[in-house]
Amino acid sequence: MAYDFSLPVLSLRFIPIWRRHFLVWRKLAIPSILGNLADPVFYMLGFGYGLGSLMPHIGGVSYLTFLSAGTLCYSTMNSASFEVLYSGFSRMHVQKTWDAILNAPMMLDDILLAELVWGASKSLLSGLAILLVIWVLGLEHDWALSLWTIPVALLIGITFSGMGLVMNAVSPNYDFFLYYFTLVITPMVLLCGVFYPADRMPVLLQEFAAWLPLTHAITLVRPLIMGEIPSRIALHITNMLIWSGASFWLASILTRRRLLK
Amino acid sequence: MVRGLSFDILPGECFGLLGPNGAGKTTTLKILLGLVTATSGDVRIGESSIPHDARTVRQRIGVMPQMDNLDPDFTVEENLRVYGRYFGLAAAVLAQRIPVLLELVGLMNKAHSRIGELSGGMKRRLTLARALINDPDILVLDEPTTGLDPQARHVIWAGLRRLTQQGKTLVLTTHFMEEAERLCDHLVIIDHGKIIAEGSPRALIADQIEPRVSEIDGEQTAEWVRHYAAQCCDRFEVSDETLYCYHRDSTAIKIALQDYPGLRHVERTANLEDVFIKLTGRELRDN
Repeated sequence: MAYDFSLPVLSLRFIPIWRRHFLVWRKLAIPSILGNLADPVFYMLGFGYGLGSLMPHIGGVSYLTFLSAGTLCYSTMNSASFEVLYSGFSRMHVQKTWDAILNAPMMLDDILLAELVWGASKSLLSGLAILLVIWVLGLEHDWALSLWTIPVALLIGITFSGMGLVMNAVSPNYDFFLYYFTLVITPMVLLCGVFYPADRMPVLLQEFAAWLPLTHAITLVRPLIMGEIPSRIALHITNMLIWSGASFWLASILTRRRLLK
Repeated sequence: MVRGLSFDILPGECFGLLGPNGAGKTTTLKILLGLVTATSGDVRIGESSIPHDARTVRQRIGVMPQMDNLDPDFTVEENLRVYGRYFGLAAAVLAQRIPVLLELVGLMNKAHSRIGELSGGMKRRLTLARALINDPDILVLDEPTTGLDPQARHVIWAGLRRLTQQGKTLVLTTHFMEEAERLCDHLVIIDHGKIIAEGSPRALIADQIEPRVSEIDGEQTAEWVRHYAAQCCDRFEVSDETLYCYHRDSTAIKIALQDYPGLRHVERTANLEDVFIKLTGRELRDN
């Protein structure tokens, strides 16, 4: 069957589907928040204090401050990825929630947009929680500037929801997502400067990492935590917008092929 | 795969789409709902055309899918409310409509139960209620009673009959011939993606098959068939040790059976199942 390459039609009809996801989440909110947030916070504090005590300042700030910005991006990325991959796949393939929704006056594009926005909502929540920890520990250098990490968290969420939806569209089962995490997410975490400055990597890898969305996310968030206005803001935002748009488009082409044949 | 299917469904009728597994029933429904686009041909519902107007048309259609896809994280009532929102129904409309629907399907005292606590029959009834949340003119039912016990099946049938009395158009697929015979005014039998017969249940039985059936079984069936089947039956089939003898008059059969006291004989009126078997064969359709 031929692919349908038309652009997804964005409509506000996605809102009732988003509300459905929100309602389900609200029922399981406490374990969900704990599961999503305790892990990155523990890592951040453990490495930040433990490893940080052995390290000189990085770029004029403590390792914990340095790491907190990376953690904010990392956990934001993970929230969206886990949501659209595991929960999204469950809604699409296992529980057949999408089938039920498609019998109502909803289009597949509405469902995908709801997944995208919902994944981004989970990211926003993760970002806010990490930001809260940063505030409590007084790691930010300028409170007002640190607020700008909130829209960045949303953009990271949209980007990685879009990318996750592409995987979702082609996945035969849950096990398949391991490839994505092992081959895409983990290398990105190691290349893009979550735990250490990306410029410590070999030049070739740096050049490669310069294309990846997580690099741009971190390059925006880290100065905001360190009290500086990021440079080349438009470049970073554009990079993430291109990843978001392209992946969401690809996801809708592949999902149409998967479900509407 | 379906090919060259063409039929009309009149407003207010119960239309049944019959066929063995893999005949193309679900695909036909999906084309009807605009969930799958046919490579050629068109679907018109009133003034609207599918898939172009699928969103507006689905606003007035209720769908009961073959597989239950209720939301397991929600209660019975929440399932209906959340689903109603997909149709853009206001909270006040839903608050008024949900109790009426729960009453209709006999789940009033289960409003706050979780889906996991419901029996298979209750889940089907809730799925029916969910399909009615938008007060649809057209109800599409894909094997509405598959997997249900007879009690639950009769409850669903009673509900569906009430809906036809209210003037709703029903489009249903089934492979229970009894269901089709009881509920439908107009049937289409499809196989391998093509229409092989069409008409009311009564007309199909009258046109397609002899009026009476004798089922004869026992160890000596094969022998009896060799000697008498051709002369006593208008048409016959043997499956395992059972002979299905289609005829207009059983006098000759009864006489011929006198020498075979070991054979069991049941004579009955031909029904839709006989028509279906005649048209689609006795072989299993497992795909």
